[in-house]
Amino acid sequence: MKLDVMYFAWVRERIGIPRETIETEATTVAELVKELSAREERYEVAFSDLDALRVAVDQDLTDFDAAISNAREVAFFPPMTGG
Amino acid sequence: MRISVQEAAFDAGAELNAFQAGKVDMGAVVSFSGIVRDLPEAPLRHMLIEHYPGMTERALTKIAEEAMSRWNLGDVLVIHRFGQMAPGDQIMMVATASPHRKDAFAAADFLMDYLKSRAPFWKKEVTADGADWVASKQEDEDALKQWEQD
Repeated sequence: MKLDVMYFAWVRERIGIPRETIETEATTVAELVKELSAREERYEVAFSDLDALRVAVDQDLTDFDAAISNAREVAFFPPMTGG
Repeated sequence: MRISVQEAAFDAGAELNAFQAGKVDMGAVVSFSGIVRDLPEAPLRHMLIEHYPGMTERALTKIAEEAMSRWNLGDVLVIHRFGQMAPGDQIMMVATASPHRKDAFAAADFLMDYLKSRAPFWKKEVTADGADWVASKQEDEDALKQWEQD
């Protein structure tokens, strides 16, 4: 399936692009992370410490074990620092 | 309820006056303003705020609706900027209107706690030494615990 993957803040800087559309069979966020990490070193580095990352599926904050089978958009970013 | 995510600067005083105008049944309005703070250790050239268009508005709306359902509020205002800002610039504001002050204060406090850790904004500080993403604080995450309900 086609999936939009987005990166924000230092995750975006480390991976080098703000978003990409990928073809994936991953059914959970964790599987997607594994797939991306296996691609290239820059992904592996960005995803090396999942405790330092947050994930949103279709613009809702969720966990790394969340299902993405019907998702359109997955975003990875560091803990938020608004206000 | 009004949520605005914008790049443009805004006048907090004018926004507050507009917010409370005509609310004759509201006896209390509480507001909070967030301002870009200069750094004591290295002068701040500017602050950059990145956000996640779409999710930001969605998250802020959810937080404001939660506040409206928990407290007796007549109205809620949230304005948050993104882009480049200088020390002293207004980053954001929240305002709450309620018949009584306790609800207005509690709701504003709740909005700020959730907005800091649950709305997708990221701050980057640019100084003469370089640029660094602001790290999230454990105390900000801990602050959410006081609002947890069974």
